[in-house]
Amino acid sequence: MIVDLEKFIGNQRQVWKELEEVLGRIERNPSTRLDLDQIKRLHLLYGITSADLARLQGFAAESELKLYLEALVSKGFCEIHDHRSTLQRFNPVRWATRSFPQVFRARAGAFWIASAVMLFGCFFGVLMLSIDPEAKEALMPFEQLLGDPSERVAREELKGNPDLGANKPVFSSTLMTHNIRVSILCMAMGVTLGMGTLILLFYNGVLLGAVAMDYIHAGQTSFLLGWLLPHGVIEIPAILVAGQAGLLLGSTLMGGQDCLPLSHRLRRIVPDLTTLMGGVALMLVWAGIVEAFFSQYHEPVLPYALKIAFGALELTALTLFLSRSGSMDSASEGRSARAS
Amino acid sequence: MLPSHGKSVLIRTPEGIAFRLTLAGPVSRFMAWLLDTFCVLAAVTVIAPIFQLISVFSESYGIALQVLLSFIISMGYGICLEWFWRGQTLGKRLLGLRVMDEQGLHLRVSQIIVRNLLRAVDGLPLFYLVGGLASAISLKGQRLGDLAASTIVVRIGELAIPDLESLEADKYNSLREQPYLAARLRKKVSMDEASLVLRSLLRRDELKLESRAELYGKLAEHFKSLVPFPQECLEGLADERYLRNLADVLFRSRSARRP
Repeated sequence: MIVDLEKFIGNQRQVWKELEEVLGRIERNPSTRLDLDQIKRLHLLYGITSADLARLQGFAAESELKLYLEALVSKGFCEIHDHRSTLQRFNPVRWATRSFPQVFRARAGAFWIASAVMLFGCFFGVLMLSIDPEAKEALMPFEQLLGDPSERVAREELKGNPDLGANKPVFSSTLMTHNIRVSILCMAMGVTLGMGTLILLFYNGVLLGAVAMDYIHAGQTSFLLGWLLPHGVIEIPAILVAGQAGLLLGSTLMGGQDCLPLSHRLRRIVPDLTTLMGGVALMLVWAGIVEAFFSQYHEPVLPYALKIAFGALELTALTLFLSRSGSMDSASEGRSARAS
Repeated sequence: MLPSHGKSVLIRTPEGIAFRLTLAGPVSRFMAWLLDTFCVLAAVTVIAPIFQLISVFSESYGIALQVLLSFIISMGYGICLEWFWRGQTLGKRLLGLRVMDEQGLHLRVSQIIVRNLLRAVDGLPLFYLVGGLASAISLKGQRLGDLAASTIVVRIGELAIPDLESLEADKYNSLREQPYLAARLRKKVSMDEASLVLRSLLRRDELKLESRAELYGKLAEHFKSLVPFPQECLEGLADERYLRNLADVLFRSRSARRP
């Protein structure tokens, strides 16, 4: 049976046109806020148009009209079920000081796995360099790290001020952007079921272990701590948090014991991934500033004890922040903040 | 009007209504990406002179700001535009594409951020090879970022109610002179066949002259054999005119006829 198309269109055209007009208005200005009567009207128009589509599906396969109604219903469906208003409640301070540590704690398991993998990488780097000091070139593909640590320390201490001179802002911004890119890659590699993330974490661990071993072996432990701690205590945890996000993504893709469909599982973690990566970006901005403006100064300009103390203070503050901040909030508050 | 070809996803609403969203193909997505890349490069080039001005006062701060802002533009372009334009960047807008939640809803900001961050993997090793392969394999045409964020990229088109006036059936429709045959025609013609006739007529101007003549000839031959009308009803009717009268019989009731 074929529906009387002309009559059908003639009867319903006004409703469809009105719905089209309302949806067009909302699309042109997404911040449009409808009052209760307008919402009721939108819902009514959507209901009628949906029924028309259902009727057409039942009686005829008129593709052109069906496509038109499908497009209209899909737009209406989007608007009726829209949730953009949640962004208007977004509070960046609350997000940074509460939501981020809350999500970090809620997903702490992945962080500890990331830390263990990096630590394992460190041990591997230390072991490799202990067994074969010639492997330094292969383990550390950075020219500035290949020389003798003692010579570098003597050179840096003689200069007092870093070579950077007036270029500290450039160095700082380059560090920030580079480290954020690496962190994004570390998280994104989680899509390889976490394997890519694990490899990146392990590789960074190997680098760190090899550099540490090289300087400790040369008797330059104070320099190493004074050089790395001020920015490293923020930068390394930031990479670990990115790894945490990557492992969270990887484990969600694998599913494990969770029998929910993949899309449902992913839907649950996507806000957490965003929150973790936002926190990583903030941490790396701070680390970039510290590395360019503080870490590059050595004795006699800045005593190592002061730099080490500063690093220890930062680490304590970060630990307290991630373990305590927002812990008084109820879980539901945390979820609603994260969702935005 | 939305094209009906290509891959599509079926969405079922809580009200029990089903509708299809046509998925964007890899070529149109790649073209949109090229346009977006051009936009980002243009934006970075445009801001460069501003930082040259700042460099007059402090060269290092000028360069640092340029590095930071270039990074923010390249990362934030997709995220901001997809948020403000509801799943569209400039490239997607020009090519009629839109990113949507795979359940047919608007995007959440977290979905936009995650799908854009995962470009780091999709873009590997060059020109989105990983993302392109992933979307070619995926049933929903999802690159890895889309998969992680539960999003799809769909084709959108202008909304337009089919214009039945353009059918231009004869005011005197000889097929209606045989009401029993007309009723038989209505009964025997399947929904898909009827739709085919209507669409071929509505899209008349999109077809080349020879292709149109060939298509209408084949369709007319098919329907004439399906329900044969007396020769006097068909006399002097070209294939296209026959199909217009046929559509008039199929889609308009007698009472709905124009005066």
